[in-house]
Amino acid sequence: MNTARRLFLPYGGRRAAGSPSDAPALAAQDLCVRYPGADQPALRDVTIMVPAGARVALVGPNGAGKSTLLKSAAGLLPVVGGSLMVYGARPGSLPHRVAYLAQRGELDWNFPISVRRLVVAGRYPHLGWLRWPAREDWRKADAALERLGIRDLAERQIGELSGGQQQRALLARALAQEADLLLLDEPLNAVDAATREVVSTVLRDLQREGKTVVVATHDLDRLQTDFDDALFLLDGQVVARGAGQAHPHYARASQLNGRLEVTA
Amino acid sequence: MNPFDWVLSPFQYNFMRTAALAGALVGATCALLGVYVVLRRMAFIGDALAHTVLPGLVIAYLNRWNMTGGALAAGIITALGIGWLSRRREIREDTAIGILFTGMFALGILLMSAVRSFRDFSHMLFGYIIGVTDDQLRLFAALALVIIVVLVLLHKELELTSFDPIHAQVIGLRPDALRYALLALMALAVVGAIQAVGVVLTSALLIVPAATASLLTKRLPAMMALATLIAVISSLTGLLVSYHLDVASGAAIVLICIAIFLLVWVIRTIHECRRTTQR
Repeated sequence: MNTARRLFLPYGGRRAAGSPSDAPALAAQDLCVRYPGADQPALRDVTIMVPAGARVALVGPNGAGKSTLLKSAAGLLPVVGGSLMVYGARPGSLPHRVAYLAQRGELDWNFPISVRRLVVAGRYPHLGWLRWPAREDWRKADAALERLGIRDLAERQIGELSGGQQQRALLARALAQEADLLLLDEPLNAVDAATREVVSTVLRDLQREGKTVVVATHDLDRLQTDFDDALFLLDGQVVARGAGQAHPHYARASQLNGRLEVTA
Repeated sequence: MNPFDWVLSPFQYNFMRTAALAGALVGATCALLGVYVVLRRMAFIGDALAHTVLPGLVIAYLNRWNMTGGALAAGIITALGIGWLSRRREIREDTAIGILFTGMFALGILLMSAVRSFRDFSHMLFGYIIGVTDDQLRLFAALALVIIVVLVLLHKELELTSFDPIHAQVIGLRPDALRYALLALMALAVVGAIQAVGVVLTSALLIVPAATASLLTKRLPAMMALATLIAVISSLTGLLVSYHLDVASGAAIVLICIAIFLLVWVIRTIHECRRTTQR
């Protein structure tokens, strides 16, 4: 019971609003999001629903709004129109239930910190102010490292890892956080084959554990095997849906963009 | 003179003992904070904070107010002012720093020139560590204690916001609030450092020991310990050199810091060259 109480004391004293357990993981209604200072909205009239326990891919060329949608759900961007709910609550109000993996470049990898210490930061929303990670937190960090096959790199400085290993470390942190909703921005971008395999396995296991996973990806090959559903984004709008086939409209657009190959 | 006498004889004087303690305290606190200053690329703002404290010092001096209070007020106004000027992003932060920094420093010089006793003010500009009183020493100790306690209590949050502000924000922390906390601590540290090495050289105490330590280790706690050690050694050595050679103590302390940095850097460079040629 003690742990349950701890969960509801996130940072900044913001108590998690009592969210109904049957609320969808992610629900957007006519959502509009604009970056501060930008003229054009980055997302326009997006209406989607991600049920709890689903694995959903966000597909689209660069600038389509995949990252924006993930950032909004993580509470990093203000909603300027429509509504966006995460487990029935305002984005950003459930820090311990939502993990967000930014693209690898958005972190200072030169910082003098070990991989293990990076991963234990996933426990911070459960700890809050003035509490140091306890043995249990370190144990969970180590277990997450083990699961991603980088336990042996735990004491390395984070900058000494390869790109794929860094991506695994970030995913390990999200696992240590024990979040219910994982928002992953291009976790498979420019990583080695071994990392792809490990990440795929972890995503599959997460679904078995009842977690919800939303992944921005360029990789159309794995859509059918790795995901239950896919949302195709273009110019800030959802233009197609369904993991089964690449939508013709989307295929044409992505060819114009020159970055994607549609194999389906 | 034998080396023991060279080191120990100056400390028969009370003012030298006080100065040594003050130097060690001030150097240690600046170096500790300096690790964050270096890692978060805040070197420019550190320098600016030291300079903008000047008008606060001068106004307090002219009105016979508490000089430390004046310095603190000016430091905190600067920290908030920079945030406020650059908040709408029309003006970039480094530009805002540049404007406030030079503006406040010019104001300080203007006020100094209005009263013609430059001698008192030269201590503000270049430091006067052997003039530290027992009261000031107690104040420095209190400031050091506050800084260390806050750094320990907020360690995991300061660390996280330094290398991954996005994750910090997602889990409900406010990176900008922690940055202000760090700036406030820097204002506290700067107050002591000005007495030791003066307004102009204070940023050296923030930056150089931390930069040296960053060449030697890839662990944050070790980096903090090393930076502190380097700063304490530099302060004491600089003080001795200035005593024996009768030169400015602030400049001597800073030059010892720089000498240690250069030594480490040269050794590292040679080491790196060897390693690459061996491959």
